[in-house]
Amino acid sequence: MRQEQFVAQHNEVWHQLSEWLRLNSMNSKDRHTSIKTNNLHWYKDFDFPSTYRQVCQHLALAKSRQYSQPLLDKIGNLVLAGHQQFYRPKTNLKEKFFSLLLVKLPQTIRQEWILITISSVLFMGSLIATLVAIQINPDLTYSIVDAGNVAQMEHMYRPDSHARASENRQADSDVYMFGYYIMNNTSIGLRTFASGLLFGIGSIFILLFNGLTIGTVAGHLTQLGYIETFWGFVSGHSAMELIAIIISGAAGLKLSAALLRPGQRSRLRALKENARIALVMMYGAAAMFFIAAFIEAFWSPRTFIPVNIKYAVGIFLWVVVIAYFSLVGRGKVLDET
Amino acid sequence: MQKLDTNQDIDTPEGIAISLSPVGPIVRAQAWMIDNLIFFGVMTVLGILTSFLGELGMGIYYVFLFFLYWFYPVFFEVLFNGSTPGKKAMNVRVLHIDGTPVSWAASINRNLLRTVDFLPLFYAIGFISMLLNNRFQRLGDVVAGTMVVYNPNQIVLPEIAEANAIAPAYPLAAEEQRAILNFAERLDNLSTERSDELASLTGPLLEKSTSPGQQLLSIANWINGRRT
Repeated sequence: MRQEQFVAQHNEVWHQLSEWLRLNSMNSKDRHTSIKTNNLHWYKDFDFPSTYRQVCQHLALAKSRQYSQPLLDKIGNLVLAGHQQFYRPKTNLKEKFFSLLLVKLPQTIRQEWILITISSVLFMGSLIATLVAIQINPDLTYSIVDAGNVAQMEHMYRPDSHARASENRQADSDVYMFGYYIMNNTSIGLRTFASGLLFGIGSIFILLFNGLTIGTVAGHLTQLGYIETFWGFVSGHSAMELIAIIISGAAGLKLSAALLRPGQRSRLRALKENARIALVMMYGAAAMFFIAAFIEAFWSPRTFIPVNIKYAVGIFLWVVVIAYFSLVGRGKVLDET
Repeated sequence: MQKLDTNQDIDTPEGIAISLSPVGPIVRAQAWMIDNLIFFGVMTVLGILTSFLGELGMGIYYVFLFFLYWFYPVFFEVLFNGSTPGKKAMNVRVLHIDGTPVSWAASINRNLLRTVDFLPLFYAIGFISMLLNNRFQRLGDVVAGTMVVYNPNQIVLPEIAEANAIAPAYPLAAEEQRAILNFAERLDNLSTERSDELASLTGPLLEKSTSPGQQLLSIANWINGRRT
C-alpha cells in the first residue's frame, strides 16, 4: 500500500485518538464544555485500549513498509502519548498509606535489622561513649565542641535562666521552633540517606558527627548537674528523633550496600532495588522527624509539667516506637504490584 | 547501522519500539536555573509576607522552605506530566526509562538524591554521571530508573507536490524509491539550486535537463502512484 493511501485510510482513527487523549488530559469541567461546543459526544464510548493497540499496529506496519520519517514520527508520537496514558501509575494513596504504616514499614525495618544495628552502633555508640567519657574527663567537651557553642548550651539549660525563658515563651515562638526543627532536623535525615550513595561514607560521617556532638552536649550538661532542665527537655522527643536518625543512616547504608556488596546482581540493578527499600525506610524516618519536631516545639519546653511526667512520657514513647517496629505487621503478606 | 543521534528506542509491551530523545546537561541546567529562580522568587515573597507575623511567620516560613526545597520538583513531576515549570519552559519532561510517566516513589527518590548529584559543587557528580551514561542520567535518575526527555514536536505531514508523473528509465530498488520520495517531501524547504544539486547526485537516472529537481519530483510522483 502506498503511503498516501495508508494515511487517507487511517487518518480518521489517528485524529480521534489524539483528540481523545487531549480531552482526557483536561480537567472534567473543561472537558465537558469542550465536548459540548465541539460536539464530541463519541468521547465516552471511545474504546481507548483497542484503538491504542490498533495504532501500535499501524506504527509497526509503517515501519516495515519504510514509510517516510515524518509519518513514522507522527504515529510514533501518538503511540508514545497513548503509552503514557495506558501505563500511567495508578496509585491509591490512601490504601498505600495504610499498607505502608501497618505492614510494609515495620516489616522493612525488621528485614534490615543488620543495617539498623550498624547504624545504631555508630550513632548511639558514639553518643553514649562520649556521654560517659565526659563524666570521667570533663575537659573532653572542649576538644569536640567549640567553646562558644558550649557556653550557649550552658546558657540555654542553666536551671534559673531556663525556667524564666520557657515560661515567657509565646505560642508564636513555638511555631517558629517547630518550623526550624522540621527544616533543620528532617533535612539532616534526608541528607544522611542521600549521602549513603557515596559508598556509605557520607552516612557514616553524619551519624558519627551527630552522635559525638549530641553525646558531648548531653555529657557536659549532665556533668554540670543540669539534669532536670536538659533531660526533662529532651526526653519527650528523644525516641522519635534518635530512632529517625538511626533509620536514615540505615537507609543510607542500604544504598551503599548496593555498591559495596551487590551480590549476584549488577551494581545498577542492586542500586535500583535497594533504593526502593531505602525509600520505604525514609518515609518512616521523615514522619518520625515531623512528630519529633512537633513534640520538641510544643511539649518539651513546657516547664510547668513535672519532670517525672516528662520522663514517663519519654520512656513510654521509646516503648511505643520499639514495639511498633518489632511487633506490627508480623505474618502479613502484601500483594506487591 | 551506526547510531548518529542520542535517541533511545524503548520496546513497549505491544511489541513495537518508540523512540525517546534524552535531554543533555545544558538544557537541563537551564531548566534547573528557571526552577531555582522561581524557588527564590517564591521564598522571597513568602519571606516578606511572613515577616509581618513575627516569630509565628518565621515558623511558617521554615515549614514552607522545607517542603518547597525538597518537594517542589516531586509535586510538579508527578501531578503535571513530568514537568516542573522550568522543564515545561524547556519543553522537556521526566519519564521512567521504560517510557511510562514517573511515579511518586521514583520522583521522590530522584529528587532526594539530588543532594548527592550536587556534590562537591554545582552538580559535578551529576554532570559526570550524565556524560558516562547514554541516557544522560544523573545519579538520582540512575537509582530511580528515570530519565529526562524532550517532548515530541507537533508534526505536520509533508505533501509531495503534484507534477507530471514520469516513469524512471530503469527499475529502482525499494531503498532508492524511498530516498526519492524523501527528497520530494523535502523539496519545499530547499532552494532550486540546492534541489537541483541534490537531484544530480542520482547520476544516470536523470537525463540531461535544465531542472533535475523538477524531473526527480516527477519520478517521485510516479513512484507514489499518481499515474494517469
